Amino acid sequence: MEPKRGEHGSHVAAPSLWPVGFAIGVAILLLGTILGWVIAGLGAVITALFGFLWIRDATNDLRGEEVAIEPERREVAPRASATAEPRPANEGEAGMPLPEEGEVERYPRSAFLGAATLGVGGVIGGLVTVPVLGFTILPAFTSQGSGQVDVGAVDDFEKEQWLITTFLQDPDQGEVSRRTAYIRNNGELDGQPSFTILSHRCVHLGCPVQPNGPVRDDEATRETRAENEITRIPADPSGFGCPCHGGQYDTEGNRKAGPPVRAMDRYEFSIRGGRLLLGQTYSVSEVRGQGAEARIKRHRLAKPGVHVDGPSSWLYPISPP
Amino acid sequence: MARRAPSSRRQQLERAALVPVDWLEERSGLAGGIKYFLFRKVPADINWMQTLGSATLTAFIVQAVTGVVLAMYYKPDPDAAYASILRITNDVTLGWLVRGMHKWGASVFIILMFFHMARVFLFGAYKYPRELNWIVGVGLLALGLFEGFTGYLLPWDETAYWASVVGININGTAPILGPFIVQFLQSGIEIGEDTISRFYALHMLVLPGAIGGLIGLHLYLVVRLGVTSPPWSPEAAGRERVEPGPSTNGNGRAGLVRPGARSGAPR
Ligand code: HEM
Ligand code: FES
Repeated sequence: MEPKRGEHGSHVAAPSLWPVGFAIGVAILLLGTILGWVIAGLGAVITALFGFLWIRDATNDLRGEEVAIEPERREVAPRASATAEPRPANEGEAGMPLPEEGEVERYPRSAFLGAATLGVGGVIGGLVTVPVLGFTILPAFTSQGSGQVDVGAVDDFEKEQWLITTFLQDPDQGEVSRRTAYIRNNGELDGQPSFTILSHRCVHLGCPVQPNGPVRDDEATRETRAENEITRIPADPSGFGCPCHGGQYDTEGNRKAGPPVRAMDRYEFSIRGGRLLLGQTYSVSEVRGQGAEARIKRHRLAKPGVHVDGPSSWLYPISPP
Repeated sequence: MARRAPSSRRQQLERAALVPVDWLEERSGLAGGIKYFLFRKVPADINWMQTLGSATLTAFIVQAVTGVVLAMYYKPDPDAAYASILRITNDVTLGWLVRGMHKWGASVFIILMFFHMARVFLFGAYKYPRELNWIVGVGLLALGLFEGFTGYLLPWDETAYWASVVGININGTAPILGPFIVQFLQSGIEIGEDTISRFYALHMLVLPGAIGGLIGLHLYLVVRLGVTSPPWSPEAAGRERVEPGPSTNGNGRAGLVRPGARSGAPR
């Protein structure tokens, strides 16, 4: 068979030794840049000389001179067997024995090799895919709970005063974990302190809900505790409103207007050593009453935009850990 | 040495210029493949609307190139992302231009995809045997939109952050799996330190790779099946056309209307 030729008759150029000299020349030239100009000059001359010879060689046929090329393929003397019938698989030195009388022909070798290739490929694929998929997906669902956050001494929270409180949910993560809670000290109920603590994330689709009313920025207090910078800004809202799609809430977090489907989420809290600690958030379908007297319908934390009670909450039967 | 005729000198030059092409062709057959792709037969009455797919492809290539350059200066870190965007826009030479191309080009890409899809729909080019290419196209559309979504967070300014919060939470309202999608996208129960690098990896590696692969499949099917003629073409796709009734003046747009319904229609 003739090697395939391009339309313009290109073929493999004749073998040539000039490139070796060319390479040596380049090496001497580079050495010369360190050792001195004389050596560099010598290298340049060698490079140019062998380069010229090489180019002349390689372009021989373009310049119309016939080059004698040793043929790459030679005629093969026909062997006697070349014309003979193909030999059956059970003959000759490497022949497989024919199945004996009564022996069922078993698994053919080709089927075994095919299955083995698939199987080994599958195992290798699995070994790679399983950890990669696991690493992609699992970290988002494991060890998600974060600890309690100290937001100040109970005495910092004047009675019946809203404080816009911002803090780092997880100081290790830095500013990206800064959260805002609207905190109001309700005084006491049956001798126990009572706080209303609303998460400022809108339960429509998560925008930052703002207080409807004056915010006294100049009276803000700052405090740093365990690498957690906390700010508390007094505000006097008559309710809360969302800038994104106009959701409105009253001061208990009940939905008043707009697209939100439930009341604002709240923080669990505890008091230890006179300090107010915020815990996990939970969802609320409805709040009856006010302040310390409020009766809260509490649910497991749900994503924004979803009902926590009624038939449409059945659409979310399992929640991620 | 005898002077060669000028024509043979020219032929010589041409041959010399073609040496690298031949070298490549002899070893790969690539030149032939490209020729086949570029000079394949298309219907004679092909329409300008049928260039919208190539326009979309061009927009995608622009996004890929400008995106690679932006990646040389952008830092996918919650504490550094916004500053690196400001630096690209204000300090790095021509950064404003490349960022602008990428930002506006993103919209151009999406809009062109919809125009292209509209042309395929209105030409009926999604019908047999091209249904599979429509399905591949739907995959491209979904990946393209997801590409836009993941890119939107990267400037890490207020708009980017809250728009992504809203977008992610919209996913969360999908029945059953919604809450899991949210947590997967955010890499946690809230947007956190890993969210931006996750979006970045999706935006610059996973999605462009997937889109590139699907574009390859898409174009393979386009070449294999050929493009459709416009619906008013007298030579309807691959079979004899039923000639419209005698009332048509043969302006070739007959295919848009049922033959019978046309008779007597004013034009
Ligand atoms: C990344 C986005 C896309 C690129 C780069 C792309 C590219 C192309 C190109 C170059 C063609 C050749 C004919 C023409 O230009 O009109 C084509 C044809 C086609 N495209 Fe797309 N396309 C994309 C998205 C889509 C989408 C979203 C759909 C529909 C859901 C779609 C469905 C089709 C179909 C059915 C054809 C065959 C049309 C025919 O044969 O006449 N493509 N595409
Ligand atoms: S996110 Fe608050 S109203 Fe939509």
